[in-house]
Amino acid sequence: MPKYLLLKHYRGGPEPHRSVPPIDQWAPEDVEAHVAFQHHVSELLEENGEYVDAQALAPARTWVRYGGPEAGPVTTDGPHPETSDLVAGWWMIDVDSHERAVELAAYVSSEPGPGGEPMYEWIDVREIMWERPRTTDAA
Amino acid sequence: MTDDPTRRLDEGALRALVPRVLAGLVRRGEDFDAAEDALQEALLEALRVWPEHPPREPGAWLTTVATRRLVDARRSEAARHRREETTYAEPRAGATEEGDDTLFLLFCCCHPDLAPTSQVALTLRAVGGLTTREIADAFYVPEATMAQRISRAKRTLHGRRLDQPGDLAVVLRVLYLVYTTGHAGRVDLAGEAIRLARQLTLATEEPEARGLLALMLLNHARLPARFDTEGRIVTLDRQDRGRWDTREIAEGVRVLQSALALERPGRYQIEAAIAALHDDAASTEETDWPQILAWYDDLVALTDEPVRQDPAAVLGRAVAVGHVLGAAAGLRETDRLQDVIGDRHRWHAVRAHLHGLGGDLPAAAAAYAEAARRATNVAERDHLVRQAARARAAATAH
Repeated sequence: MPKYLLLKHYRGGPEPHRSVPPIDQWAPEDVEAHVAFQHHVSELLEENGEYVDAQALAPARTWVRYGGPEAGPVTTDGPHPETSDLVAGWWMIDVDSHERAVELAAYVSSEPGPGGEPMYEWIDVREIMWERPRTTDAA
Repeated sequence: MTDDPTRRLDEGALRALVPRVLAGLVRRGEDFDAAEDALQEALLEALRVWPEHPPREPGAWLTTVATRRLVDARRSEAARHRREETTYAEPRAGATEEGDDTLFLLFCCCHPDLAPTSQVALTLRAVGGLTTREIADAFYVPEATMAQRISRAKRTLHGRRLDQPGDLAVVLRVLYLVYTTGHAGRVDLAGEAIRLARQLTLATEEPEARGLLALMLLNHARLPARFDTEGRIVTLDRQDRGRWDTREIAEGVRVLQSALALERPGRYQIEAAIAALHDDAASTEETDWPQILAWYDDLVALTDEPVRQDPAAVLGRAVAVGHVLGAAAGLRETDRLQDVIGDRHRWHAVRAHLHGLGGDLPAAAAAYAEAARRATNVAERDHLVRQAARARAAATAH
């Protein structure tokens, strides 16, 4: 059965449908409602038997590359253009179909923002490739 | 454990008893959900007790222990549900003593009200006798997720009338889905699907059930040659045919012949016939493409509008057309599918194969690259990238 990542972003992606200030500027009850909804999504997925994994990523990022045969790793932590993608976390789900993954992503996107109104956040839906070899012949 | 073969615990034999015992409990009027739980507990008990004390009648032993569990469970519920208990214990109207247990249970587990993922999970547990842990491992999901999926499926079945004849087409589709999911860890789902299909053929005369078993056997026979020692995909035309499992091929052909003799052809029988023709060729050059094409003609004739209803069959037929009538004719066949499956990796991979067949290596390389971008399987993606690179290198060398 196909697995998908429902990716949330700190920034990047299509033009936001609704612009919202950073979460630390929200009313405390809106923050509570937002966090409660994230827990609720995980619980819902578990109840459905669709849950595989959920993780949140810290926003700090370090880019690393090979430095060459005689040198250590080369790192940089910026500056990055403000438009670059920054993943905030994900749910990994195991579902019947791509349609179901899209349905769940839309639900995640309905999470409450300031004033308790939906965020309309863009969710990035990515299929996870099967590792397992098939039991029929490939083309 | 002792070395006495009559005393050795055979897990396969134990699991083969599962459908019979479970069907017996459900027919007696027990709720499917509760009976299935009780039998799981009885199986764990058996694994613990039997090595030292093998039962004379394993099936009867499991039934007795599962019944005891059911009674215990009901007793503890009784205080709260005293009134419900009386109806609970009454045999359900219409439950039949006749018919085969395996078929009966497969119809329960492949109930049309269940989603495919649930049908698969329930079938593997209630008919296959696998544990929740094993099924979870096979599908790479947490055990809690699989447990939840199974219990939801059982709740969906709760109160459904399970005495109606089910839809065999759904059962066949579920078993084929289990087969194509392959194997992971210590659970061989392909082998499990073959085992269940074999049980199914003992339960029904339906030729399509035999067609499905034949198709699985004839495909599974090529498994040892399908990957090299590095785990890379080896396509049919390059496989070492000496590594094909001749015993499985012989069984597949025998099963297929007995199905075809009933003269009620269907998609699984036809696909098995095509697989048998591939298996029958001593070398790729000796493949009987005209006869394969004839079977594909029959396959696409099963649906009114094959391009929409069965694009996979039209795509397979295009390959055969390419080998019989030439690459250009094959490519023309694939053109008709562009609107339907033009975004799928297989469509591009088949076109790449046909371009290669026609000697157009740059086009083959481009199509393999397109296919690689759309693959949803790591081994296939790597294979397609390799094919693209090979075709491109060969094209520039000319």
